[in-house]
Parts: sequence; structure tokens; C-alpha cells
Amino acid sequence: MSNTLLRTKQLVAGWQQPTTAPLDLSLNAGQILGLTGPNGVGKTTILSALAGRAKCFAGKMELRPGLRLALQTQEVAPVAGLPLSGKELLALTLASPDGLPPWLLERLDLRLDRLSGGQRHYLSLWAILQAPADVVLLDEPTNNLDTAGSEHLALALRRRVADGAAIILVSHDDGFVSTVCDQVLVLKGISDVG
Amino acid sequence: MWDDIFLIPFLTGLCLALVLPILGCFLRLRDEWLAALAYAHVAAAGALLALVSGVAPAIGGMTAAALAGAGKRFFSARLAGGASFALLLLGGWALAVLLAANQPLAERLGHALFDGQLYFSGSDNLYLVLPWCLLVIPLLAWLSRQLLLARIYPDYFHARHLPVWPVVSGFDLLAALTLALATMTLGVMGSFALVFVPPWIVFRRARSWRAGLFFSALIGALAYVAAFAMALGFDQPFGPVLALLLIAVGLLIA
Repeated sequence: MSNTLLRTKQLVAGWQQPTTAPLDLSLNAGQILGLTGPNGVGKTTILSALAGRAKCFAGKMELRPGLRLALQTQEVAPVAGLPLSGKELLALTLASPDGLPPWLLERLDLRLDRLSGGQRHYLSLWAILQAPADVVLLDEPTNNLDTAGSEHLALALRRRVADGAAIILVSHDDGFVSTVCDQVLVLKGISDVG
Repeated sequence: MWDDIFLIPFLTGLCLALVLPILGCFLRLRDEWLAALAYAHVAAAGALLALVSGVAPAIGGMTAAALAGAGKRFFSARLAGGASFALLLLGGWALAVLLAANQPLAERLGHALFDGQLYFSGSDNLYLVLPWCLLVIPLLAWLSRQLLLARIYPDYFHARHLPVWPVVSGFDLLAALTLALATMTLGVMGSFALVFVPPWIVFRRARSWRAGLFFSALIGALAYVAAFAMALGFDQPFGPVLALLLIAVGLLIA
């Protein structure tokens, strides 16, 4: 697989039954791959299958031996009512705070449930993005982010892959995808290829 | 108060008053605060069952709680949403009451277990509680990051192909055994008060997880010392005094 970190061949994924069309993809170190397509084509399911959450019903998935994955989902981390500071959240995933925007750095000592929804989302995302991993899987990372947040995230993603990681990014934000991704795959529904 | 007759019970309870609130923080983190009552009732039932079978009650109580803690995992698919703890609580309570109703010896021990028998704790109990508490604190510190990750980023384990069950089952066993020991020393409700109230306060007030654990143990220890002195001074049962004191503190500062 040389520089290739993961590869799928005719991968069909789903939860209780197959819900995605067969997919071929290949991801190299230093690459950002975007997955787009209309709702329901299985973008999140593909990410989940790569992370070992969803089932692979057909095809092949090859991961480089010892590959470390990190997955950010759209689910909100259950931190309401929990006395956990931003600094402690980053320490959990061993993520470094270096590079965080100033508007978050100065709030790292606060409890997560005292931050705004956007700040909390960005910090939760950062904890995954900067965790020690070879491949980072991001599901709609620009949700809840304002323009400044999206711009900072785009720079952070480029820096992350410059350090040798690779990223697969699922997003409905076409402008963001075209700005940061090296390659974009537009997924088709299972009925479109049937 | 500092006569040997009270010093040993005091020290035994103090160990538990430091550990139970910390354990309670982790149970609350996992939305499992009902576990405190469940394991306490199972331990009480196990102790009574052991007594009527001619075995030492402490062995029966700890074995029953350990089996409940370790075995819960095998029924997790059918017992989601805290149902396992509710069923353990009901089962433990029912068995304990039935044993107490049919065996005079079990009736006396049953009262002692539910009301607490702190003042009757001997040095043998202290020699069991002290090393256990000294073991539990570093074990909880070691499990802390994994338990927080399992709660906040459950996919962390999936994505790295790491099994989460050793962390969860290890914690369940630790919680069950600690609560069994606490039940046989402080009683069911005294233990529950220490597991529930200090974490409830610090989850509302603490600035961080680390501060929360520290203040939880501090509140537990201070309330315990005050309750011990008040119960002794006014010749009242310890468990209810502790519970009322913790409720008052909770309502004041939570």
C-alpha cells in the first residue's frame, strides 16, 4: 500500500442492511478527501464503517496495519451538567491546544457547559482533530461554526495533513469542501446505481 | 470520642467517606447513581443469605455484590436504561426482607445493615476497609481517563479497535465491592448519601473534573466528621444524621 493509509474496493456499508452504493476510495498520507452527495446516500455510514461502527456487507476495506483512526461524529458530546474543563477535554484525547484560536484559548479553563454551542463544538472537534491519529474522519465539521470558525478550521486541517496525517471529510458545505479538499467524491444513492 | 472504642469505627468510616464520594462522581458520570442503592441492597441480601447458611456475612455480601457487578454486562442488551440497577435493587430488597422475616438472626443483622452499624465496627473491619480504599483510589485514577472517554467519545474505542468492556466491567466490579464494604459498615442509606449528595453538589458547582473529585471527597469527609460527632453527642443513629446533614449542605450550596 506504500503511501496509502486506507483503501476500499466496492465497499457496501450499512447498519442492519446495506445502505450505500459500492464505493472505491484510496487515501494517502497528507491528503484531504471530501465525501459529498445528497442526504441519505450514506456518507456518515461510510465514515462509521471505516471506524468500525457500521457493518461492511460487501467489498473490501484495507487499512494499513497499526493504523490509528480518530472519528468526529455529528452527535453532541454529553457534557451538560458535567464539571469538565476545556483543558481536561483536550487532555483526554491527548490533543494539544497549540493552534487554537484566541477566542477559545482564553476559555480553556471554563467548564464545557459554560461555553457557547459553537465554542463547545469547535473544542470537541479540536480534541479529535489533534488527537494522535494517522487518519481523521470528520462528519459535518462546519456545523455550528461561524465564518471565522470555518476559516480557522480550514487552516487547521491543512496544517494537520502537512504533519503527515490524512483526513476524510463529510460535508454539505460545498464551498468549504472545495477550499480544503485535495479530492472530492460525490456519492450516489444505492438506487441510483442499482 | 477519641477512645479506642470510637476511634476504630471513626477511622473505618472516614476511609469510606473519602472514597464513596469519588466513586459517586464516576457513577454520576455514567448516569449510574442508582447503582449505589442497587449494590447496597444486593450486598445486604448476600450478607443475610450467608448468615443463615452459616457463612461469614461479609463474605456473602461482597460475593453477591461482586457477582452482580461482574454479571450485569451479560444482560446489558436486555437491561438498558438503568433497568439492571432497578432490578438488582428490587431483587436485593425482596430477598433481604424475606430472609429477615423468616429468620430471627437475619432480622437483627438486616436492621443493622439497613440502619448502619458503624459504632460496632471492629479492627478487623478497619483492616479490610483501609487497604481496599488505598487500592480503590489509584485504580479509579487509572480508570478515570478511560471512563471519561467512554462517556464523551465512545467512538474513541471503536475507531482504535480497543475493547471498552474491560474498563466498564472493571469499574462495575470496583463499585460493587466498595459499596458492599460500605453497606456493611455505614449501612445502605448512609452509603447512598455519601455516593449521591457530594457528587450532586460538585457536578453543579465545580470548575473542573479534578476539582470536582477533590471537593466531593472533602464534602464527604467533613460531613462525615460532623455527623459522627453529632450522632455521638446527641446519642442518635449515625446514618440518618449523616443523610440530613448532607441534604442540608446540598440544599445550601448546590
